[in-house]
Amino acid sequence: MMADLKWNMVVDVALCTNCNNCVVATQDEYMGNAFPGYSAPSAPGVKVMEIDRHVRGADAMVDVSYVPRMCQHCDDAPCVRQGDEAVVKRADGIVIIDPAKARGRRDLVNACPHGAVVWNDVENVPQIWTFDAHLLDQGWSAPRCVQACPSGAMAVHKVTDADMAARVEKEGLTVWDPQAGTKPRVYYRHLDRVTTHFIGVQIHAGEGDGEINVSGAEVELTLDGRRVMAARSDAFGEVRFDGLADASSGYAVRISHPDYPADTCVVEGALTESRVVTVKLGR
Amino acid sequence: MSIEKTKLSVILASLPRVMKVARRINAAFRQHLEAGSGIIQVRLKDNSVARHYILRDGRIDTAKGLHADPDLDIAFVDAGVALRFLHPNPDQGDIVHFIKNYQVEMVGDDAVGVWFATLVKKMQSGMWKQGGKMPDSTIRYVTNTNGGPVYVFVRDGRIIRTTPIDLAADDPESWTIHARGRSFTPRRQATVNVHALSMKSVVYSERRLKYPMKRVDFDPDGDRNPQNRGKSGYERISWDEALRIVAGEIKRQKTQHGPGSISILHGAHHQMGNVGYWLSALMRFSNIVGATMMEFSPISWEGWYWGAQHHYGNSLRLGLPGAYGTLEDCLKECEMIVFWSSDPEATSGLYGGGEGTQRRLWAKELGVDFVHIDPHFNSTAQMLGGKWLPVRPTTDSALAHAIMHVWITEGTFDQAFVEKHTTGFEDWRAYILGESDGTPKTPKWQEDETGIPARDVVSLARQWARKKTYLAAGGLGTGFGGACRSATGQQWARNMILLMAMQGWGRPGVNFGNLQCGVPLDGTTYFPGYAEGGISGELNKTAAAINNFTRMPHVLTMNPVKQRLPRELSMEGIRDGHCSGYAWDGMSLETQFAKVDYPMTGYSKVHMLYQYGASSFGTTMNSSRLIDMYRDPSVECVVNQAIWQEGETQFADIILPACTVVEREDISEVCGCAGFAHHNQSQMNHRMIVMQHKCIEPLWESKSDYRIFTEILTRLGFGSMYSEGCDEIDWCKRVFQSSDIGRHISWSEFLKKGYVVLPPQLEDARDPVYMRWLHEDGKKNVPEPHPLPGDYSGEFLDGLQTQSGKIEFLPNSLRRGDPDNPERPVLNRYLPAWEGRTTADLARKYPLQLVSSHPRYSFHTQADGKGSHVSEIRDHRLTVDGYAYWIVRLNARDAAERGVAAGSLVKVYNDRAAVICAADVSPLVARGTVKTFESSAEFDFVIGSDGKVLDRGGCMNLLTPSRTQAKGTRAIAPNSCLVNIDRWDGVWGAA
Repeated sequence: MMADLKWNMVVDVALCTNCNNCVVATQDEYMGNAFPGYSAPSAPGVKVMEIDRHVRGADAMVDVSYVPRMCQHCDDAPCVRQGDEAVVKRADGIVIIDPAKARGRRDLVNACPHGAVVWNDVENVPQIWTFDAHLLDQGWSAPRCVQACPSGAMAVHKVTDADMAARVEKEGLTVWDPQAGTKPRVYYRHLDRVTTHFIGVQIHAGEGDGEINVSGAEVELTLDGRRVMAARSDAFGEVRFDGLADASSGYAVRISHPDYPADTCVVEGALTESRVVTVKLGR
Repeated sequence: MSIEKTKLSVILASLPRVMKVARRINAAFRQHLEAGSGIIQVRLKDNSVARHYILRDGRIDTAKGLHADPDLDIAFVDAGVALRFLHPNPDQGDIVHFIKNYQVEMVGDDAVGVWFATLVKKMQSGMWKQGGKMPDSTIRYVTNTNGGPVYVFVRDGRIIRTTPIDLAADDPESWTIHARGRSFTPRRQATVNVHALSMKSVVYSERRLKYPMKRVDFDPDGDRNPQNRGKSGYERISWDEALRIVAGEIKRQKTQHGPGSISILHGAHHQMGNVGYWLSALMRFSNIVGATMMEFSPISWEGWYWGAQHHYGNSLRLGLPGAYGTLEDCLKECEMIVFWSSDPEATSGLYGGGEGTQRRLWAKELGVDFVHIDPHFNSTAQMLGGKWLPVRPTTDSALAHAIMHVWITEGTFDQAFVEKHTTGFEDWRAYILGESDGTPKTPKWQEDETGIPARDVVSLARQWARKKTYLAAGGLGTGFGGACRSATGQQWARNMILLMAMQGWGRPGVNFGNLQCGVPLDGTTYFPGYAEGGISGELNKTAAAINNFTRMPHVLTMNPVKQRLPRELSMEGIRDGHCSGYAWDGMSLETQFAKVDYPMTGYSKVHMLYQYGASSFGTTMNSSRLIDMYRDPSVECVVNQAIWQEGETQFADIILPACTVVEREDISEVCGCAGFAHHNQSQMNHRMIVMQHKCIEPLWESKSDYRIFTEILTRLGFGSMYSEGCDEIDWCKRVFQSSDIGRHISWSEFLKKGYVVLPPQLEDARDPVYMRWLHEDGKKNVPEPHPLPGDYSGEFLDGLQTQSGKIEFLPNSLRRGDPDNPERPVLNRYLPAWEGRTTADLARKYPLQLVSSHPRYSFHTQADGKGSHVSEIRDHRLTVDGYAYWIVRLNARDAAERGVAAGSLVKVYNDRAAVICAADVSPLVARGTVKTFESSAEFDFVIGSDGKVLDRGGCMNLLTPSRTQAKGTRAIAPNSCLVNIDRWDGVWGAA
């Protein structure tokens, strides 16, 4: 039944390049435009969508992920609870702050645990990314940010909650801040690039002019002596063990290569951020 | 009376009836009719047929015979010419022919002539329908930008939104590439850059120049106070007064000083289009006025033009390799891509929107290995991952030498190719091995220079030899930007060619590229690129002579002033009264050896600057020099014709407000340049030609550049000559008719829809791969009309442009043209930068190396500053205490040493100037390097107590050296720039 179909958004963190087309397409939509019932015009500096940068690693072993952040259109949204009539949860899942009823409601900015409600001083209203509901209601198939994304990092799905749950399960989607318990309708793929750490290993051997990277070494990651995962070092003598959760101390890497004596390197301290260890074989 | 004369009499007599119908049904015609008046007489020269028309207050009266005092007299040599001239759909070639040979003469008031010709045109063009009505009552127009085309939705004369264009179901099918068991088809959208999507914010910017203005203490008839430029305020004046002053000053300059005294200055880019572009409307204006033009250096090609081309040719690409067939070859064959100073995700090639992103992600899916050689872990590295080699700026050539050292000592280069297709390798080998100079260029040798561990160089060299490797050099992958713009830029670009020569350039999977170019599009369908000069009529300084001039008959224009002012030295030229540069001319390898001296014998020195746009503080090296230039007492008048109050507009005496591209008509191809960037549109996933609608009326009192030029020239009597009686829309139709796209869409449909997509090449008729012909000993077989036939030493299409026809390790053209230049030696030996870590005294004072690349989010100064959406992008500008500061990126340890926190304000400085920026602190920049972008539109300065400029707008080029890369070149070197950084705790204005 049509009434059961609800909007959801999926952002693939691995595909976001920080090009900012989504951010600016959204600014373009609301600059100078009032959409009664949906949104007051935007104002300079008022951004309902932003991209956060997350950097992992050190030295020359780093990676970067970008996470577009916006209203999560939560099914259990604190802003709806606090907003009385001013904030509405529509049957299709979209949350709307009514620009007329929410005048002066600065309190709604603090209601959101995701920091997604921003204050527009010019219009004297709190604002969110509306999912571009006024366009969807006119028959657009996707909001502006999705259409403007050149890498396909954003997609929307108008499906039943059951179908979405199946997709979440199948594709391993997660939400930004599950602890908040607000049941967001915005999901992320590859968010583990932000929420987990990597241990990078650089392996070399020899001295002076004879110094080389050791490729093809068998490298094993252990936690408290138990094998976690293993990989071979690449042409630059490097291995990256990714997807590691916060852990107290106990990680170590064991390196074996037919040309060198085996070596073990303990990753000092607790793993609270990505780490790079350098191992020199044959000493 | 002959039949032709009778026919002419009847037509002339019936014209008022036709005009009266037009007055009733054609609003544009009616408005234009009511806006002017005049008595127009049309006759045969012998007066055997004559009629005049009295047009006044919207009334149309006519009478047979001559008028005693017509405003405009149009006389035809005979009735046959008149009939063909007056035909409703005339042959434009006929019209131009009749005018050029005095078969029709128009005498009288030029303003009436321009008005009447436009009126006649409006009988047709006034009925043309542009854009399409949408269900929500908006009208959907189209425009094109330097970052891709957009739909522009307008309601009640106001832009509501701009969006990328999704291809329609009835647009031609996209291409498919089959590679490694997979099929790749691009997304059916013309993807755009963020600066394209920011259009609305800059169109309605509060910083728009709204009215003509005059500096308050500039009196054209009295004291001009040049010393107050950049200090005094402005007062609003009428267009009439502004045009009177400018036209009067043009006359006065020529009368008082003689030819050459007016100089027209402009940036390298303009808003996209074939009609309004600087190479088009401005060039036509300049030629008709007679002005000293600028001699550019090809500032994004630098090292390739002044260096690389001598080894292998391609001067007509200014030294860049071509890209035909490389997308398919790369996806099918390539195993590793080495990105060397190459960040296509940031620079989008050149006008490439987001087109290459999807293709690079395909390579990632295919498991291609990536290496990134760049002091910054740049946007492309961030997206693709791979091995990062954070090379010290300007030292890349040492790394290149060491890679070649490994290949030579391990015998892992393509010896057969080197033997057959190159010359001079023995000398090169002896140098690399140190046999000729005692210094083997080993990986260890380069370590201290580049900061790259020797072991990583060995790993890279071995991987490169083992795997089929694409070298992505510069933003396009085939050169452009980055490392070619430093003191060692030409050394680096030369090495890129030599690396490829050693790996058998053209072998399957071995070529230049980063998947940004070489898309299998049909390049045979002709549509002019902007470099073809549009309406300029200029044959020498545009590529008009190749196609445009014959395909779109228009009246040739020539600039009688041959004097040129080298752009990078224009400040010294004005201050000292003389300067010298070298020529930018891609016709041959040798033309660049010609010196360009200012002043040129016999011409006046420059006394008037007509500045077009206002980008120079952000884009010219050591740009404080501009202040002295503008305040020089020899400069009697400065005109600035621009859209926004920004950059150097504040130094003008007279400001002429131009409108944006969405407030006027134009026509262009997405990513279409032609000329030195032949087939540049091969970056696109679909070839798209765009009708750039006049989406809204010009805002405030602004006018289109074309209109401003027409009105100035009309005051000098050149209006009809300049306009050929055409409005911009008429020129658009002439451009349309000059092209092949009429085979794909009618003019009226094109006007409505706003774009046409051309079908791609058929899969079995795609272009061969670049340089494959060389690899296979064949004749050149890609659709690239280079080199000029006379530049083949052997048979036509056999070999390269060099004297030997081969890749020359020691170029003959340098041996002949510049044999003893220690800064550009024939043998491309490694020479450390003249400003860098080896210039020890300077490096102690300023230990950080500033790298300022082409900007990611703005297109040069376009869409930067002026309250644009782009200025609110966190990675472009950072707002601190309400002011949007330019960003410098530095390593966390460099920041910590200076007590600089992320997001805080810093002063970046050296002996040239200081700029206040916001700091981005991360491990993504190598230690010792400061990464930023060039091209701030904002120049917000004070002169400090030390007499130096302190800017908070973000013009990083205030800090860069104006020294040329090497003697004998005019190559810029902004990426050889030492600075230091301190925390900025000062109070602005209290300095």
